[in-house]
Amino acid sequence: MILTFELALTCYFAAAIISVGEIIKGSRALSKICLILCAIGFIFHTINVILRFKEAGHLPIASMHDAVSFFTWSIVLLFFVIEYKYRIGLLGSFIMPGVFVFMLSSSILPRQLKPLDPLLQSSWLWIHTVLAFIGDAAFALACGVGIMYLTQERFVKRKKLGNLFHRLPSLQKLDEINHRLITIGFPLLTLAIITGAVWSQSVLGTFWRWDPKEVWSLITWLIYAVVLHTRITSWGRGRRAAVLSVVGFVVVLFTFFGVTFLLKGYHRFS
Amino acid sequence: MNIHVIGLNHKTADVSIREKIAFNGDKYVKGLEEINSLHNVEEAVLLSTCNRVELYVYANGKSGINEEVTDFLSTFHNVEKDKLNDTLYTYDGVEAVRHVFRVASSLDSMVVGEPQILGQLKDAFDEALSHNTSGAVLNKLMKKAISVAKRVRTETSIAENAVSISYAAVELAKKIFTSLDGLVCMLLGAGEMAELSAKHLRSSGVKEIIVANRTFERACVIAAEVNGRPIDFNTFKEEMKNTDIVICSTGAPTYVVSKKDMESVIKRRRNKPIFMIDISVPRNLDPDINNIDNVYLYDIDDLQGVVDSNVNARLTEAVKAEKIVDEELQTFERWFYSRNAVPTIVSLRQIAENIKNDELEKLFNKISGFDDKEKQAIEQMANTIVNKLIHPPTAALKEDTDDRDMLIETVRRIYSLNGKE
Repeated sequence: MILTFELALTCYFAAAIISVGEIIKGSRALSKICLILCAIGFIFHTINVILRFKEAGHLPIASMHDAVSFFTWSIVLLFFVIEYKYRIGLLGSFIMPGVFVFMLSSSILPRQLKPLDPLLQSSWLWIHTVLAFIGDAAFALACGVGIMYLTQERFVKRKKLGNLFHRLPSLQKLDEINHRLITIGFPLLTLAIITGAVWSQSVLGTFWRWDPKEVWSLITWLIYAVVLHTRITSWGRGRRAAVLSVVGFVVVLFTFFGVTFLLKGYHRFS
Repeated sequence: MNIHVIGLNHKTADVSIREKIAFNGDKYVKGLEEINSLHNVEEAVLLSTCNRVELYVYANGKSGINEEVTDFLSTFHNVEKDKLNDTLYTYDGVEAVRHVFRVASSLDSMVVGEPQILGQLKDAFDEALSHNTSGAVLNKLMKKAISVAKRVRTETSIAENAVSISYAAVELAKKIFTSLDGLVCMLLGAGEMAELSAKHLRSSGVKEIIVANRTFERACVIAAEVNGRPIDFNTFKEEMKNTDIVICSTGAPTYVVSKKDMESVIKRRRNKPIFMIDISVPRNLDPDINNIDNVYLYDIDDLQGVVDSNVNARLTEAVKAEKIVDEELQTFERWFYSRNAVPTIVSLRQIAENIKNDELEKLFNKISGFDDKEKQAIEQMANTIVNKLIHPPTAALKEDTDDRDMLIETVRRIYSLNGKE
């Protein structure tokens, strides 16, 4: 069981290294290898998640190790969906380093399976967390695509058109995919907050407790609400949307890691 | 390898010579057939484009082929031989094959990587086929050259990036907008390059071209040329609201569009990206415009910079392409020699077989009274002697060595195989 995790980590590591090489050197062969490694890593990762699930008897998110691992798994899953649909090719190279870092941080966290707080044992756990995780994964990819947009925009504005410029998709396409990802992430986050509130009401008797995670989730929600709103008003097209999706994801990360480690609250993963 | 290339191109001959040597119209077929009927020529392919005239010849191996072809060119086109000799190049054997591969792969072109040459080569090959001037060797050479060119095209990015200003503009537009389908382009002012760019954009999918000029009559003329819609010059800023690509080339001494103008345009476009190309000198679009979000401004130098870096990229790719040519050259050589060796081995064996049969017949006629068993034994011995004698030359001919061509020639001469062909 541990081995599947290490194998996944190793594959992601190799994919991350190759992806950096791919960005610098620009070879299609490397891009393919990166994708294959990522797929192999994902298979091991999936087995690992299933095994953890069986052992714990519930969705494996009780410990920080499992939570980060599951989050990473969601990102890679969504990456394959997006790659299948849009065939960006280079996207893998832009997100694999991040995927590896998440996986690495998961690997150094204690792996001990902890019994789930009886308070949390409910089918709401499923709905609430899966919604939140997939939503966050969409934001992670939006951040990756945002970085691609900013890179490409810089090339076009600075008029320095290297190899990477030729391989990156057009600004319009990147903008579209970025927008699409946020329109996937935002409703999921919204639903996660609503289901969380309902759940909280059913177990704790109150919808909202101003728990740090709740507060930061609300901030995240507001940022993406701004992204979507400004796109409708057309102010936040292109570069601004890209910058905001990077900023938004930094807040997501803080909500995910920072709140757990720095702030307290019943939301934290033990 | 008796393959020869005799020709001239844009590097060795200027247009005043090239136009005289070109095989245009009726001259082409006439020329091709005359070359093919030259004394030393077995097979011929004739390539004649505006940048090069080249003869690909498979000769019978006697010396003087290059002189013969040069004489032909001189008399056919009525050009002094001395003048011709200064511009002609000749390649023989492996180098000739390499040259054909390089030409097909567009490594020898004026603009390295340009795609037309392959089509022209295919046409030349088709002509040769339909006039029966190409045979086994040149057929193989041409087919191989075409496949080498395709390999170069797919395995390197030699033909990928734009190397002319107008194509660079299209290339950039495609990196800003995913597809140019349905976009609107505005032509501000006039000029050959502006119109050419507009035409390229149009053929890449641009839906509408708006033409603005200080004089409306001129706008109408240009609009007719590029199949666009003329507008009143005073309204062009208003029209920009609906324009995705602006090509500016007015003769104005100052900026025609300021940063402030564009800020208002982009606001009214609701931040939809706009690509502006300023090919006028002095510039007509304020360079500061490039600092506005979602506005991308390129002046003539910027575009030239793009072209220059693309040309450099192609040259880097050309190095990879040369390696592919080297590889394919070896496979062609192998084919060429093995093709020569097989008939030689067959005729060598045939000769030995004939001698054996003759001698056995003579023997059995002279001395009668052998019983079947004895006859069989004698025949077997004769077979063994023949096989043992023939084995070393056969093995040597089959072997893939550098001097096999010479070896084949030697064997053919010793056994007078050439006379029997």
